[in-house]
Amino acid sequence: MLDRRVDEDRSRECIAAAAEPLMRIRCIAKAFPGVRALGGVNLDIFAGEVHALCGENGAGKSTLMKILAGGIRPDEGEILHSGAAYEPKNPRDARNSGVVLIHQEMSLAPDLSVAENIFLGSLPCKWNGMIDRRRLNDDAARALKACGYDIDPAARAGDLPIARQQMVEIARATAFPCSVVIFDEPTATLTEAEAESLFRTIERLRKNNVAIIYISHKMKEIFRLSDRISVLRDGETQATLRTADADEAQVMSLMIGRTLDRRPASQRKFAGNQVLAVSGLSSPDAFEDVSFTITEGEILGLYGLVGAGRSELAEAIFGLRQANGALLWQGRPVTVRRPRDAVALGIGLVPQDRKKQGLVLGAGGRENVILANLAKLSAWGLLRRAKAAALYSEFAERLRLRSASPTTAVVTLSGGNQQKVVLAKWLATDPRLLILDEPTRGIDVGAKDEVYKIIRELAGSGMAVLLISSEMPEVLGLSDRIVTMHHGRLTGEFRGGEVGEEDLIRAVMSADHDRRSKPAVAV
Amino acid sequence: MSLATHRLQSSATSFDGLKTIIRGNSVWLLAIAFAIFFSLQSAFFLTPFNISNVLTQCVFVGLLAIGMTPVVISGNIDLSVGAVVGLTACIVVALQPYGLGVAVLAALAAGLLVGLVNGLIVEKMGISSFIVTLAMMSGIRGLTFLAIGDISLSSTDDRLNTFAMLAIGPISIVVVLFAALAAIVGVVLRFTSHGRNTYAIGGNRSAAVDAGIAVSRHVIANFALCGLMAATCGIAMAANLGAAAPSFGRDYELLAITAVVLGGTRLQGGKGGVAGTLGAVLALAILRNGLNLLRVSPFYIPVVVGLVLIMALVLDRRVNRQAMRHGE
Repeated sequence: MLDRRVDEDRSRECIAAAAEPLMRIRCIAKAFPGVRALGGVNLDIFAGEVHALCGENGAGKSTLMKILAGGIRPDEGEILHSGAAYEPKNPRDARNSGVVLIHQEMSLAPDLSVAENIFLGSLPCKWNGMIDRRRLNDDAARALKACGYDIDPAARAGDLPIARQQMVEIARATAFPCSVVIFDEPTATLTEAEAESLFRTIERLRKNNVAIIYISHKMKEIFRLSDRISVLRDGETQATLRTADADEAQVMSLMIGRTLDRRPASQRKFAGNQVLAVSGLSSPDAFEDVSFTITEGEILGLYGLVGAGRSELAEAIFGLRQANGALLWQGRPVTVRRPRDAVALGIGLVPQDRKKQGLVLGAGGRENVILANLAKLSAWGLLRRAKAAALYSEFAERLRLRSASPTTAVVTLSGGNQQKVVLAKWLATDPRLLILDEPTRGIDVGAKDEVYKIIRELAGSGMAVLLISSEMPEVLGLSDRIVTMHHGRLTGEFRGGEVGEEDLIRAVMSADHDRRSKPAVAV
Repeated sequence: MSLATHRLQSSATSFDGLKTIIRGNSVWLLAIAFAIFFSLQSAFFLTPFNISNVLTQCVFVGLLAIGMTPVVISGNIDLSVGAVVGLTACIVVALQPYGLGVAVLAALAAGLLVGLVNGLIVEKMGISSFIVTLAMMSGIRGLTFLAIGDISLSSTDDRLNTFAMLAIGPISIVVVLFAALAAIVGVVLRFTSHGRNTYAIGGNRSAAVDAGIAVSRHVIANFALCGLMAATCGIAMAANLGAAAPSFGRDYELLAITAVVLGGTRLQGGKGGVAGTLGAVLALAILRNGLNLLRVSPFYIPVVVGLVLIMALVLDRRVNRQAMRHGE
């Protein structure tokens, strides 16, 4: 799977054959409250090519794809599709123009049959208004077969495993004439065998002269599949490269575009007190036999791809998930059954999805900060308002939080400031260990650097920080020590400053072939 | 959390098939169990008179529950149906001087209109249907009392009452009409694209939007249908009693929702069906009637209904836990 396909002839051929791009994207810009998501994207997409789109989280890939698929409309710029202006008002418009998006999250109606899902929105009817089941199932069977999938059209969609649900989505996309198919991180939840069958489908689409836009974080997939690679950074196109002429390092450096200052602190020795030791922690379907330690003032990076079990590990330590194994807190065995126990020990968790798990969106920053600190701000069961206000302003200042007022609803703040509210909430509990799960997801570059600075300050003041991230530069730039996780197991441990990107990639790719939990899908 | 789920299973052995049937219709089994229990306890239970009585008791809540089912499947709720029953019962009696046809049509139109307005506010303003229909319930009930006063109106046209008293053997014409309407709604849900789109909207609204389904239109249509069924219920009630009062149908919205949920329709939408609702209506009517026959104090009956509802849902969740884990 690691073999790199250098199919230069074919890629030249296809671009020469289609001198005129199928889709021309010019100067597309889009801003959301507080964040500029796109600021001038230019792309040419040709029929019959696989065009990979790379970029860090927050670079604007998903926004761009939503614009192409009719989910949102751009503020500026124009798109030409087959020479005509392309301004889809909704996903249906986009589909009628032959543009479909295969979502990162599954988008099937779980209680309808596979066939009904494929033809959702255009179910075939008989003269009396009844659905023509036979035709529906026949058409669906044909669409599935055309993709090479062996799925019963009458099965309930929600009963299928994720990989098969994705196949249904692909069959749905290709059941109608389509010219551009967009895949948004399609392999994030697939096993290797399942991914292989997806690649075959993509190959088939390409042969049918369909343009494919392929978004992924996985370099090996990109280099294996794509004809050309475009890199987005901070909402702008950095470059479009021919895959055959590019290498991973080049793409990576275009994606990152800046080097984080590597601090000498990574050479620090940590002879300090051990804060937490985890040994032999396992949780079914999530991770197995995980052991590590973390000491005062240390930033421990936990690197792994999405789905490796990192967030589940954080949840287990924080008491949100059942797990077997031992936790030693400052040398003393403890059990953490629910988050309250963890907070009492001095553990804070800044969760991965701040909107769902981290914040009460409609409430102000102050209310959010108070939430985890009610006990110490109350007397006789009543909240001491003055104390609460003082606590909020202390942390708002310390974290340089920018909000119109303590009561401004956090939903209106930018991603970076929202994240600071979550940080403030946990810092106010005065934790000894802070777990940060993807702390810079979806926030823009300036805010990222501020968050990094805060993390360093915290560690400098003696707090232990467990930094979970799938952004390599972040892990490399901040951590004193790095452990890697893959398929629910820790696969390596490195000292910060002595490790490079190559090492980390190798560590999360290793031992890939033995411990497959899911069976291969026959196609 | 479904008691009467229709599952499409592709490769079912005959034993699995049997299990599926039992699981898919467990609320009907509950109704049968109640029937057996009460027929053993009371000799009067299985008499034609009592059976006819139970079936007639089914009709009123049943009409509301059948109308409510598509609304709930599309992810909404309609609390205004009880108030619509009071309103339309009063309309059909008060307008009789202008002709029976006018009165019936006016009542149906009123129900339809309320449903349309509910749906339009929910979809176009994006306000939760719970709030919209709660306000509608309160407003309509108040307006009906303002217009009629706290009195009851006697029917002046006997034809309505005479029609309602028609019967085929022990089965009243009202029951037959109800069965026909239930069958129509059931077929619409299961076999037409409006029905399937309703499931899609409740199951995954963004997928439905992405597929280009005119989501608002379907949701509004379901509210309109629900209002129409509530009006039918109001007319049937006035016909059956030969009178109407603004207080008709009070609390019926809650009885209807009880039946819908007990019948296995998921309150968040996407799942359920008319067959389950019908079974639940029957089971609840048998329970009520049986407890009456056994001379259980009428104050215990709501308590028992509440217990049955909770126990049924807890049991159902147990049974389906495995399946749910797989599905979610």
